[in-house]
Amino acid sequence: MASLNSVESRRSTATFRLTDFYSLVGALVAALSLSLLLFTKILPFSGSIGFVVVTYIAFIAIYSALVSLEAEGPLIRDKIATVVVHSLAFLMLLALVFVVAYTILRGFSALSHLNFFTQDQSRTGPLDPLSSGGVLHAIVGTLEMIALALLITIPLGISCAVFLNEISGRLSRLVRTIAEAMTALPSIVAGLFIYATFILILGLPKSGIAASLAISVMMLPIIIRASDVVLRLVPANLKEASYAMGTSQWRTVWHVTLPTARSGLTTAVILGTARGIGETSPVLLTAGFTASLNADPSRNPMISLPLAVFNFVKSPEPAMIARGFGAAALLMLLVLLLFAVARIIGGKAPGALSTRQQKRRDRQSHDDAVRMAQSSAVTTDAGTP
Amino acid sequence: MTTTVVENDVDNALVADQAREITTKVDRPDLIFRGIIRTSGIAVLTVMSLIGVFLAYRAGKALNVAGWSFVTEQAWEPDSGKFGVAAIIVGTILIAVVAICIAVPLAIAVALYISEYAPRRLQSTFVSLVDLMAAVPSIVYGLWGLFFLQSNVTGVARWISTYFGWIPFLSVEGADPTDPLSPSTVYTSSTFIAGIVVALMVAPIICSVMREVFSQAPSGEREGAYALGSTKWGMIRTVVLPFGKGGMIGGTMLGLGRALGETIAVYLIISPVFIIQPRILESGTSSVASLIALRYGEATNFGTSALMAAGLALFLMTLVVNFIASSVVARSRSGAESG
Repeated sequence: MASLNSVESRRSTATFRLTDFYSLVGALVAALSLSLLLFTKILPFSGSIGFVVVTYIAFIAIYSALVSLEAEGPLIRDKIATVVVHSLAFLMLLALVFVVAYTILRGFSALSHLNFFTQDQSRTGPLDPLSSGGVLHAIVGTLEMIALALLITIPLGISCAVFLNEISGRLSRLVRTIAEAMTALPSIVAGLFIYATFILILGLPKSGIAASLAISVMMLPIIIRASDVVLRLVPANLKEASYAMGTSQWRTVWHVTLPTARSGLTTAVILGTARGIGETSPVLLTAGFTASLNADPSRNPMISLPLAVFNFVKSPEPAMIARGFGAAALLMLLVLLLFAVARIIGGKAPGALSTRQQKRRDRQSHDDAVRMAQSSAVTTDAGTP
Repeated sequence: MTTTVVENDVDNALVADQAREITTKVDRPDLIFRGIIRTSGIAVLTVMSLIGVFLAYRAGKALNVAGWSFVTEQAWEPDSGKFGVAAIIVGTILIAVVAICIAVPLAIAVALYISEYAPRRLQSTFVSLVDLMAAVPSIVYGLWGLFFLQSNVTGVARWISTYFGWIPFLSVEGADPTDPLSPSTVYTSSTFIAGIVVALMVAPIICSVMREVFSQAPSGEREGAYALGSTKWGMIRTVVLPFGKGGMIGGTMLGLGRALGETIAVYLIISPVFIIQPRILESGTSSVASLIALRYGEATNFGTSALMAAGLALFLMTLVVNFIASSVVARSRSGAESG
């Protein structure tokens, strides 16, 4: 009876045991004490980064030793690999979050002044405090440039992606290859191209239009490539169903392919926008520099947020550097916003609908059914006499 | 029933068996539609090829003057006819290599963590976090490198050069390890620091490619490994990593392409020198993209053409790297399945 009970009692299937926890904590404490001892008493080392590195190496070594006391062979390697992967991943995610948090924290002193959003730099010198001047000119410039660039890239990019998917042949293979190659174009070279053609050869002044053209050249291949992938994911049976009902090609594209891929296409465009909005180098070469508000992209120099950051931090004045961080934080928040919008709209499989879309679709379908029933009733009525 | 029909109408069946000629008649709206999308395809093709052709044409002027010395000359003085990319290409490659050496292990760790170790509930959060980091503007990384990393990492650079200075590329000229008060400026603005910043910038890009292929590793093979008594790491080493090899190489190459073309973050950190400078910890290095950003404004007509030639060299480099990346990904098992 007793033996039966012992057979029936549940075994623990947890992969993480208490001893694992003890060896982790033990190794950590030992490593910390060892490197503290090394840094303060024995070796002439100093510096926080060095301390972290030495602690980490000591931790891995001590943990390996502890684990090898109770396990053997593959199990030791498994435990060490688990700890290394976890710690490196944690380190990198921490570093990335730190980069962003550092910018936002240092930018906070500038962002907390309301005039930062409502004034430009035309009446503000490098020595003026943060309560004067702002980046309104850069905000307006960024928004106008990206709007103009989107005006060019959305129709051209998406219709080109449709071309790649709808018309197969040698031409579309060539276009696909070239567009793919152009994603390798360094952004500075895109800027240099517009600078050499528009400004040096055609003799046009540096302006918002030139900058938005440079951004478009950079964004176009990115948007084409991403939209191409999304359009390829549209299920073929949806398109074939449409063709089987006798629909023409353009109606199939307009009413079936594009609506099905809508969320993916939106994501493609928004991610392209996030790339374009943060690019400094094409704007640096083509937009010129101005400290005052200029809302006309066709004349006079314009400035964008990343370019403003770049110019602010070249100054040695603390107030200017604070403004640079403020503008960078603003840019980050803009990208964050775009990204959040992309996550809300995108991230759905082609054809997946939100509740509201589903309801609208149901209503339409119901209306159609009613209409068809009515019209067939009318024809039967007309047919009877 | 059917057979009787066939037997009765043999003639009809024979007629029906003949192949009909299939003609597709495209009506006018479709013709217009195809015309529009073909035009936009051709427009994109034209613009893109125009960039290449124009770059090559303008670069041609400078290349004609410089000849082969363009590849071997280190100085950059186009107006006196003495210019070449030897130093800046070496600088560009060194920065990119340092960046890749730091970014790849981190990216592999994060990708493995997200696809294998992270709790299911947090997976999508981590994926969005990494994707978001890939979209952070490079100037933000540049600011961090300039104002935070520069001052904090010189100690590490000093330590490495003091204890590993006997390795040629880790030595620093003008540094005196015995003097603790020697200025740290010889360690700032170096290839090493620029490389760290670029590494953080490209790591999310590499990571998202790797995570994608790791998560596609077939679950049958994973479970097979477990069924044979493998540990988790054993499973990763024998199933996930071999499966994702193509994606790992492809992602690394993609990151390398981005690292080569990075402008602003590098421009903010380095102090340009125009000699081949292989000592990565020492102040002074150069890159093609930052050279263009530095010199475009003051360049004469010929100087611009020389910058175009440098830009063309950079573009060709990134192009080759990207093509290798896409062909490696397409040939690998994981790439072939994902299409």
